[in-house]
Amino acid sequence: MKRSKFKMAVVVIISAAAFSLAARAESLAVRNCTWCHGTSAQGYAPAPRLAGQRYQYIENQLKSFGGHRRDNPFSKMYMWSAAANLNLQTARDLAIYFSALHPEAADDGDRELVALGRTIYQEGVPDSNIAACVACHGPNTQGVGEIPRLGGLSYSYLQKRLEQWGEGYDAAARFPMPHVASKLSAHQVEALASYLSFVK
Amino acid sequence: MKLMRSITALIEKGCSPQVRPAPRPEYRTWWTIKAVSFQFALLLAALAFVFSVAGRVVARDTSAVSKGDVEAKISYCKDCHGPSAQGYRGFYPIPRLAGQQPEYLENQLRAFVEQRRPNPIMSNVAHVLKPAMITALAAKFRALNPHPIGGAPRRHIAEGRQIFQSGVPDANVAACAACHGPDAGGHEQIPRLAGQLYPYIVKALTHWSKERGQIPGKPDVSAIMEPVAHSLTRPQVEAVAEYLSYLK
Repeated sequence: MKRSKFKMAVVVIISAAAFSLAARAESLAVRNCTWCHGTSAQGYAPAPRLAGQRYQYIENQLKSFGGHRRDNPFSKMYMWSAAANLNLQTARDLAIYFSALHPEAADDGDRELVALGRTIYQEGVPDSNIAACVACHGPNTQGVGEIPRLGGLSYSYLQKRLEQWGEGYDAAARFPMPHVASKLSAHQVEALASYLSFVK
Repeated sequence: MKLMRSITALIEKGCSPQVRPAPRPEYRTWWTIKAVSFQFALLLAALAFVFSVAGRVVARDTSAVSKGDVEAKISYCKDCHGPSAQGYRGFYPIPRLAGQQPEYLENQLRAFVEQRRPNPIMSNVAHVLKPAMITALAAKFRALNPHPIGGAPRRHIAEGRQIFQSGVPDANVAACAACHGPDAGGHEQIPRLAGQLYPYIVKALTHWSKERGQIPGKPDVSAIMEPVAHSLTRPQVEAVAEYLSYLK
């Protein structure tokens, strides 16, 4: 009886140690991301929030940085080198890790533009041939599969990203965003970015 | 009238294999009754079809649309329906429009506006389309023929083909090919199904009575499909959807 209790205690201690070691091993790769993306991966300055993002989307983006397809200035400056030595398995592990973290909304848009942004998101602007975002990104802006979650990303990130597509950056991005974004006016971009920044 | 004739022809052509030899009265069993009720159902369906066509008197705005406007609108449609209109898996399955029957597309766009087919996204889209634009778009999509988008399971394709070609006699389900054509190319208001997205077909058939013909007392062509959609089991729906999603 005593012996088996002792054995059990040993097993518990060893497994606890093993888990913490594994967690630390993971955190090395994770920490390389969170230097810029924020300690809980909620985003910081131009680096977007990763927490709660669709893992297939994160994985795809990491591949597109590595392949130099996503070519907007900050991607070139930071992410091309950050993703250069990631193997596919690490990219996937990181993507799954960040997608499981709970997202918090940035809440940093212009509140007066929220109503307009919501209308564009839900209905598009049929007269100007602007598609409704909801068809692909979903009723709660949550995304699905390779289509990213948009809700709660920071205003500045969303605004820049939409603007840069319209300017021709990241033209290799999969259909249809470069085309859709090129039709949005500056005001419409600001409205969408404002609305999305508040979505929980 | 032309439509009436073509429906009659379709029914005769498509359903002849289903009609069994006339039984002697003393041998009238449950399956002959089923065969009769099946024919009756088809007749009803044809009637529903004709009525809906008769009710289709819409004031026509005949103003023309420019070539540039049509091109801009087409590229807008493709933003969601895929770069070659082959369909797209967004948050919702967005159907293939390529190769679709123009009459079907026109009828669906009207159905979105009239709320016969409630769909907040498409009702907004359809609301601003002039009749001349709808005609031009329908002709453009009809002319496209990209490969099916694929990506569906493949395990029950053979069973799906069987249901499509011969129906499910035990469940009183007619052969899909009878109306949609042996190649699933469709006919006038009856849509092309070949190459349609798997999740879209599954959703359409499993939600039929909640998504189509939603104006009480004003049934439209979609009423034809209601008993079929109701009688098919979920595995049968999935099998047919697998088969159709790979059909060129």
